Amino acid sequence: MYRIIQTETLAPTITKLTVEAPLIARKRKAGNFVIVRPTPTGERIPLTIVDSDPDKGTIVIIVQAIGKTTHIITGMKEGEYLMDVVGPLGEPTPVSDFGTVVCIGGGVGTAVIYPIAKALKEAGNRVISIIGARNRELVILEDEMAAVSDELIVTTDDGSHGKKGFVTDALQEIITGQGKPDAVYAIGPLPMMRAVANVTREPEIRTWVSLNPIMMDGTGMCGACRVTVGNEMKFACVDGPEFDAHEVNFDELIARNRTYAGPEQEAFSTWKNRTETTDCKHL
Amino acid sequence: MSGNGQQKKEAGNKVPDNKAPDSKAPDSKAPKRQKVIALKPKERMKIPRHLPNEQDPTERITNFCEVSNGFDIDKAIAEANRCLECNDPVCMHACPVNVDIPAFIQLLYQGDYAGAIRKIRESNYLPAICGRVCPQENLCENSCIVGKKLEPLAIGKMERFLADYEARSGTFTPPPLAESKGQSVAVVGSGPGGLTVAAELAQMGYDVTIFEALHEAGGVLKYGIPEFRLPKQIVDEEVERVKALGVKIETNVIIGRTLTIDELLGEMGFGAVYIGTGAGSPRFLNVPGENLSGVYSASELLTRVNLMKAYKFPEFDTPMQIGNKVVVLGGGDVAMDAVRTSKRLGPEQTLLLYRRSREEMPARIEEVHHAEEEGIEFHFLTSPVAIHGDENGWVKAIECQKMELGEPDEKGRRRPIPIEGSSFIIETDTVVVAIGQSPNPIIQQTTPGLETTKWGTIVVDDDCATSRPGIFAGGDISRGGATVIQAVADGKRASRSIDAYLAKLREELVPGTAKNHSKQE
Ligand code: FES
Repeated sequence: MYRIIQTETLAPTITKLTVEAPLIARKRKAGNFVIVRPTPTGERIPLTIVDSDPDKGTIVIIVQAIGKTTHIITGMKEGEYLMDVVGPLGEPTPVSDFGTVVCIGGGVGTAVIYPIAKALKEAGNRVISIIGARNRELVILEDEMAAVSDELIVTTDDGSHGKKGFVTDALQEIITGQGKPDAVYAIGPLPMMRAVANVTREPEIRTWVSLNPIMMDGTGMCGACRVTVGNEMKFACVDGPEFDAHEVNFDELIARNRTYAGPEQEAFSTWKNRTETTDCKHL
Repeated sequence: MSGNGQQKKEAGNKVPDNKAPDSKAPDSKAPKRQKVIALKPKERMKIPRHLPNEQDPTERITNFCEVSNGFDIDKAIAEANRCLECNDPVCMHACPVNVDIPAFIQLLYQGDYAGAIRKIRESNYLPAICGRVCPQENLCENSCIVGKKLEPLAIGKMERFLADYEARSGTFTPPPLAESKGQSVAVVGSGPGGLTVAAELAQMGYDVTIFEALHEAGGVLKYGIPEFRLPKQIVDEEVERVKALGVKIETNVIIGRTLTIDELLGEMGFGAVYIGTGAGSPRFLNVPGENLSGVYSASELLTRVNLMKAYKFPEFDTPMQIGNKVVVLGGGDVAMDAVRTSKRLGPEQTLLLYRRSREEMPARIEEVHHAEEEGIEFHFLTSPVAIHGDENGWVKAIECQKMELGEPDEKGRRRPIPIEGSSFIIETDTVVVAIGQSPNPIIQQTTPGLETTKWGTIVVDDDCATSRPGIFAGGDISRGGATVIQAVADGKRASRSIDAYLAKLREELVPGTAKNHSKQE
């Protein structure tokens, strides 16, 4: 069991959790993730390790409440325990001194891009970051991103904060205004990453994306996480999760990620109705 | 320690056994066995093989409860009556771990159930599991002399009865442990091989820790083999019996990620490591459309249903999305498990496609029969060439080709050859690929100097030793594909070589102390 040391609400549905996991904290590199199973009857889901403290033996994860499992995790309090946490998984992010790098985070993807931007900055890059969200409330880690970036652009779909528009608009502006960056890292919803890949394909800018397919074991055992990259089958949990954006078959992955949409919806609504009726017992 | 004096003595007698390789039958020169069964051999040969009660096929496809209910006391004893008590027990030699089959049958006949199960556990610490999943029909039962004329003895079912009887009556007592040797061993993987190594070494006096990547112990026994063949409670109980020997199990630790083999041997101070991680990576067909939604590896299907209990969704959170018609591809045990599991999830139709004919199918005959009884449709000499999807990226059909059998391949199985112009379409919304696994490369990639084959398996010698001193391996990770009992046999062999290796280390450290390094009371 893995104790939750601290929780913090970053946005209405987004929670940051600091969790005791000393062995993982010791080994973790930027880009690694963990598989979490919150309860004895719970599902195993992958979550990026946002930060780690090897001395304190803790890791940080940021979770957006979308389905049942993520709602359970974001509902957990300090002092409570996650049933299982295993990792660090995946290949670490390829970090080196490229020159100028644009780091793009969309929605809760900002939590994933943050450690990468930090590592790229530490490696000597000039880091321009773009973080996007639907509205002001959903913008997360703005200060943290500012601290590790030479320049930070915030975009919101509705213009309630930063620039109105999409992260790809901001990226396009950088390319036309400041010239081609040496590399781009983009992490967010699949359609966003696909859009970024489309922007950087023509000018041939090296672009990495971090994929979030369905996972179970996270060790290459089940093949649920398979994706097509450069016409080859890859297992995101062991070969990724980061891949060359221009080689990824996004459409296929978008379809694959809908595989369990039906049952997940069912599980979530059953769960929601149940907690709503039993909530009073906790008071 | 809970063992009484008599058990201690038995353990003492066991020591030379541990040194002897399994393949040599130490008993062949042993004194003649005493006959205990009262019936005359002729009368014994008149008794037909007893059959266990089984759940009716129409009923069992609606649940995940065990298919076979096993023997009750009466049947078990009646079956024991059939043993000819052969002087040279061929069944025992045919067993990969040389369980003293006639001896346990005699004890069973005499009503000494505790003695009988203890006898089995001297050679195989996992009888509740092996009694259920061992392919006895190819091993002990295949060599049984009774089987030359009649059906062979139901050795597996008797083994299972004894294990279950012990569990239900709560009569298990851990075998006595040798004095502590003051050395520790790390075991990677808690499948049948890892559990066996741990149990053997713990009894020899080593301090053993098993590291398991998943959140529960049991490996393939938990995630792979379905509940209806091997209930997970049985696995848990067997794991508890391993723990009763003082073995520690650390779940959620991936060796090669969370810790490396070199850390185990270095700063963590383990004297030796056993790698029993199985063949973890599913193979795919390499045909178009394999990444469509609704196409699963057998490992994904089985892990969801067995380990994550998707059959109890939404009580358990992990779902399994199965459609109206399931097509399973493959002909081995895993394919059989996948197709029978699919059937229980309630599709209208469940098909199995295999590219050779029935005779070449590597699956256990018993499981093929069970599958047929359950209404699985078998299509032989049929090979997939492409999977087609609908506009949402969901599988809608599988395109197949008819095959004919050509010359035998290097394994002696006749090679399937496509018949020109024979392709046809099977409409389906779910495809399960069960054509085998390759070794998981994580440990090989993170352990410098560990020699591997071109297939990615770990190279080992006859004693399960790898290219690096102190590192041993067995089961699927070195064999590529093996049965539970082969993994158990490797585990036994490996524990003997680990013992020898550590004895040498003790000798080097403090000469003359190889036998008794330290005391720990
Ligand atoms: S999550 Fe199972 S293979 Fe990647």
